[in-house]
Amino acid sequence: MKAPRWHIVVIVAAALAFPLIVRSDYYVHMFILALLWVVIGSSWNLLAGYTGQVSFGHAIFFGIGAYTAGLCATKLGISAWWGMLLGGPIASLIGLVIGWICFRLRGPYFALATIAVGEIFRLAAVVWRSLTGGMQGILLMQSFRSKLPYYYLALAIAFGCIYAIHRVMRSKWGYYFIAIREDQDAAESMGVNAFRYKSLSLVVSSFFTGLAGAFYMNYMAFIDPEVVFSLHHISIMAILVGIIGGVGTLWGPPLGAFIMVFLQETFRSSFFGLGPRWVSELHVLVFGLLVIFVILYMANGIVGDWDKIRRLGSSKAGAASASAGKGS
Amino acid sequence: MAVFIQTVVAGILMGGIYALVGIGMTLIMGVMKIINLAHGQLMMVAMYITYVLYEYLHLDPYVALLVTMPALFVLGSLLQRYLLNPLIKVESILPENQVLMTVGIGMVLTELARLIFHSDYKSVRPPYTSMSLYAGSIAFNLPMVIAFGIAVLLTIGLFIFLLKTDVGKSVRATAQNKEAALLLGVNAERITVFTYGLGAALVAAAGTLLLPIYYLFPDLGGAFTLKAFVITILGGLGSTVGAIVGGVVLGVSESLGATYISMALKDAVGMVIFLLVLIFLPGGLKRLTKI
Repeated sequence: MKAPRWHIVVIVAAALAFPLIVRSDYYVHMFILALLWVVIGSSWNLLAGYTGQVSFGHAIFFGIGAYTAGLCATKLGISAWWGMLLGGPIASLIGLVIGWICFRLRGPYFALATIAVGEIFRLAAVVWRSLTGGMQGILLMQSFRSKLPYYYLALAIAFGCIYAIHRVMRSKWGYYFIAIREDQDAAESMGVNAFRYKSLSLVVSSFFTGLAGAFYMNYMAFIDPEVVFSLHHISIMAILVGIIGGVGTLWGPPLGAFIMVFLQETFRSSFFGLGPRWVSELHVLVFGLLVIFVILYMANGIVGDWDKIRRLGSSKAGAASASAGKGS
Repeated sequence: MAVFIQTVVAGILMGGIYALVGIGMTLIMGVMKIINLAHGQLMMVAMYITYVLYEYLHLDPYVALLVTMPALFVLGSLLQRYLLNPLIKVESILPENQVLMTVGIGMVLTELARLIFHSDYKSVRPPYTSMSLYAGSIAFNLPMVIAFGIAVLLTIGLFIFLLKTDVGKSVRATAQNKEAALLLGVNAERITVFTYGLGAALVAAAGTLLLPIYYLFPDLGGAFTLKAFVITILGGLGSTVGAIVGGVVLGVSESLGATYISMALKDAVGMVIFLLVLIFLPGGLKRLTKI
């Protein structure tokens, strides 16, 4: 699905106007979380969906970003906002090292290695108390009481991330990435240095995930290892966000992020207080069921299989199938 | 020295249970070529069944094996039949779709457990859990010894099954070469369903055996999924002998790590071994022994 230019203008305008129209901290908070997941899901998608390296360890970069910001405040005595400058580059640097270790493995082996590295980082953050504060985590004061500055900052990061991925995928790099995903050996025999381009993909991907982490530290003002280095709540969620929206599509992970955040919140709040209380216990379960459903019936996600969905909806079957194309 | 021996003994006993977890995983991996990231969650389901049987019917955990293993066999077969096999025919960008499906399955199982039993810790404590056998100054915790014994028996049974029976031979044939097995008249699809069921039943046994010496909560599955693939990679994908060795190695190194490094870093030991094996010995112990 390729969004026409006016679609994007409408999305940007709506996003900019949203907190001015809906003056509710609650909904703005939801949108900030969703935008954060847009960044994480999109960056995961660059590495996994476009380059074919399914990472189960994106929490590493998120955590590194978050701890960079946190440590700026607790250890260096400067504002945690410096983390927004440092978090991305440091996450990229760590990404390079991890890539150097893990990119010699392929397919499922790569996925497993990233889980292992992720767990090592989590445990290290728990145990290395003198640096990270261990399970006590890092607690800071929020800089702004209003949610507006955070909202616009998250929005800028999200659009920056999507735009950067869009540009990367239209450059030569993007074609190399997809060549590596489709057939690494064929790509290498055509002269693509697979290791180098996988690393470049990881550098961009980890940069934005680290940036998201640094933002999270500043926004939530509290982190601990189980939150930011979590395998299940960050690394795997990043994957599921990508899967639901559609891997290898530009708008898939952003859509998946909004679905994930709002589906979970709808259930967590028992349909915003309208439903019975026990509904709130279902929030992760419903998302899991949705994931199973999507993988079973829409293997390429909602955006990736959009033409298929539209064909089901309209009676003009077959007309749309001719124009079915993957990715944008 | 006594501490060292005691540590190693505890590690080996634990390793027997780990081996059961690993064998289930490696069978599934060998036949289906997928990593089953719901493996620990299946174990968690078996543990909750054991818990319910003990709590409400006062059934001894070791008798409960007769219920949990068939139950998980059925559950595993159904998952493979209706959720994993249909994905083989689907075209998708990422070839890892089946693996991601197991992630979804694991998540749903965990949340169902949380819904029914809530997040608090449960345990099953028959009177004999605190008993120990002594050999000199070395203590052998009784439930661990029983668990180790049953694990060994199950493993031997599995080997006889794989080596001597027709179905077992079909499983091995499918693992070695699916196309060739198909040509020779093996119903490969039915074998995958059977294998996933078998893998689930084995991990169910591990869970039930572990419950008297462990505790139970919904998120326990994730931790054991991690252990399962550490064992499998250590032993070599698809190698049953490797999984046994891998299980014992993991058990002993965790135990040593807990005694000599720190309790908190116990889990990191497994991960570090895992990374080292992936990098320096891809293919695992299978590469060294050729079994």
